[in-house]
Amino acid sequence: MSVLVVADNSKGKFKKGALEAVHYGHLVAQLLGSECHAMVIGEADQPAQLGKYGAAKVHHLSDASYNHFDGQRYLAAITEVAQQIGATVVILNHSSAGKSLLGGLGVKLKAGVVSGANSLPDITDGFSVTKNVFAGKALATIKVNSPIKVLSLMGNSIPPQEVGEEAAVEALSVADPGSSITVKEQKTVDGVVPLPEAELVVSAGRGMKGPENWGLVDELADTLSATTACSRPVADTGWRPHHEHVGQTGVAIRPNLYIAIGISGAIQHLAGVNQSKTIVVINKDPEAPFFKAADYGVCADLFDVVPKLTESLKKFKAS
Amino acid sequence: MKILVCISKTPETTSKISFTDDNSEFNTEGISYIMNPYDEWYALVRAIELKEQHGGTITAINVGGSSNDVIIRKALAIGADDAVRVDTDPSDAYDAAAQIASYAQGKDFDLILTGKETIDYSGAEVGSMIAAELNLPFISLASKLDHDGTTAVLERDIEGGVEVIEVTGPLVVSASKGMAEQRIPNMRGIMMAKRKPLEVIPAVETETLVSTVSYSLPDEKGGVQMIDPDNMDELVRLLHEEAKVI
Repeated sequence: MSVLVVADNSKGKFKKGALEAVHYGHLVAQLLGSECHAMVIGEADQPAQLGKYGAAKVHHLSDASYNHFDGQRYLAAITEVAQQIGATVVILNHSSAGKSLLGGLGVKLKAGVVSGANSLPDITDGFSVTKNVFAGKALATIKVNSPIKVLSLMGNSIPPQEVGEEAAVEALSVADPGSSITVKEQKTVDGVVPLPEAELVVSAGRGMKGPENWGLVDELADTLSATTACSRPVADTGWRPHHEHVGQTGVAIRPNLYIAIGISGAIQHLAGVNQSKTIVVINKDPEAPFFKAADYGVCADLFDVVPKLTESLKKFKAS
Repeated sequence: MKILVCISKTPETTSKISFTDDNSEFNTEGISYIMNPYDEWYALVRAIELKEQHGGTITAINVGGSSNDVIIRKALAIGADDAVRVDTDPSDAYDAAAQIASYAQGKDFDLILTGKETIDYSGAEVGSMIAAELNLPFISLASKLDHDGTTAVLERDIEGGVEVIEVTGPLVVSASKGMAEQRIPNMRGIMMAKRKPLEVIPAVETETLVSTVSYSLPDEKGGVQMIDPDNMDELVRLLHEEAKVI
């Protein structure tokens, strides 16, 4: 009996979400009185370091042909390892890879699936975990009835903590079912923290008046080392790329700090961001509904106040 | 090309969410339902565009009761050729996926499309479950999809960018924003939809693997603290000392 965590990596580096998932797996294993095993797929830097976050053992499928995510081959590999070690809980990071694998693993392992779990399981009566539903307008407690459980962990839910030493790494080989999927190319922007993982987010809306004014937003974001986001109308009119769109039909996020500039706060937008720990709203309309969901509000012309905020932050960073 | 588009029903996005029966049931009173936007705007419309380019047929499938016929007729009005409703209220994502897989089994669909997730439970599970049931490759979060009848070329959203993928043979794809542009059904489509076939089929037996036992509403914010626009140092101080986020 054990807990298996699939620790995904990007170009060999473990994502923050992977470390969170390993630590979460460690805590789940403690609850269940079992052991947390991590699985690493593809070449990766120092898989042993996952031990620090609580993995008792690391299974490493280091075959370079697994470096690119391939749903078919990954699914087969994880299923095989989960069965081999008798995993009763399989945990994924709620990432693009995790979302691809989650349902398939449920089917292959005949396991109930909870997507985007955000708390430790309650095992007083069976096994239940909470997740956000209705785009963060509510929280649901989901009970998993099957002997094996498959979960994906929502980013920024459980802070990864160092609890131990490096773990033993066991080389892994699995049966390769082959695949009809070929990854031709990856087009990624390096050095930008993806929105779902970002702790600090600066977001702007129609109040910006046009894409030519985004320098203000970028400068504030750069000062904070924050990731930029936008509201739906801004993405729809092409002022900003679609992947920056946060809200009910865009990305749902839960950063520590969300700064909303010139966004009125439609219910669909709030649904995607209201799990943020702290919300700052800058808007010149005192009636903007977003103020009701904010922790701090500044009612002023953004073109005047955003540069002032950036200056104050620069002073703070320098002190 | 034979395309199956899976459509589901979700509460309209401005719905006020509340619960009944000691917070164990979603309160459906006053809720109006829509076709899940990812299913409608992207999966269904892209299927229609592919049919316009290459010919073929589009079947829309939904798992649910007869009250779902409204959204199924809408899918027919937008451009699906026929529709199937599996007559059961799905108990969980696996139930819905198993019903769709059972219908699709042996029917040789070249492409099965779903939205990337529903906007109520955001599970993103049904597509990958259908694929696993049918032993087909699954590509999630596709923001572009071309298909010539044998080979699909896709762009899939990944953290910080996209990847370009090629898949040969039948596959299951979940659609994200960008795959197509929303289409509004026209009067002719709405009239034609009334005459298009909507087959109602019985459900197969499945196991209920997960169940929602209770709901709660997120904690209310304690109220906004307004900051003097001429004193951004104060906002920075509060973010550092009070909120402890910078």
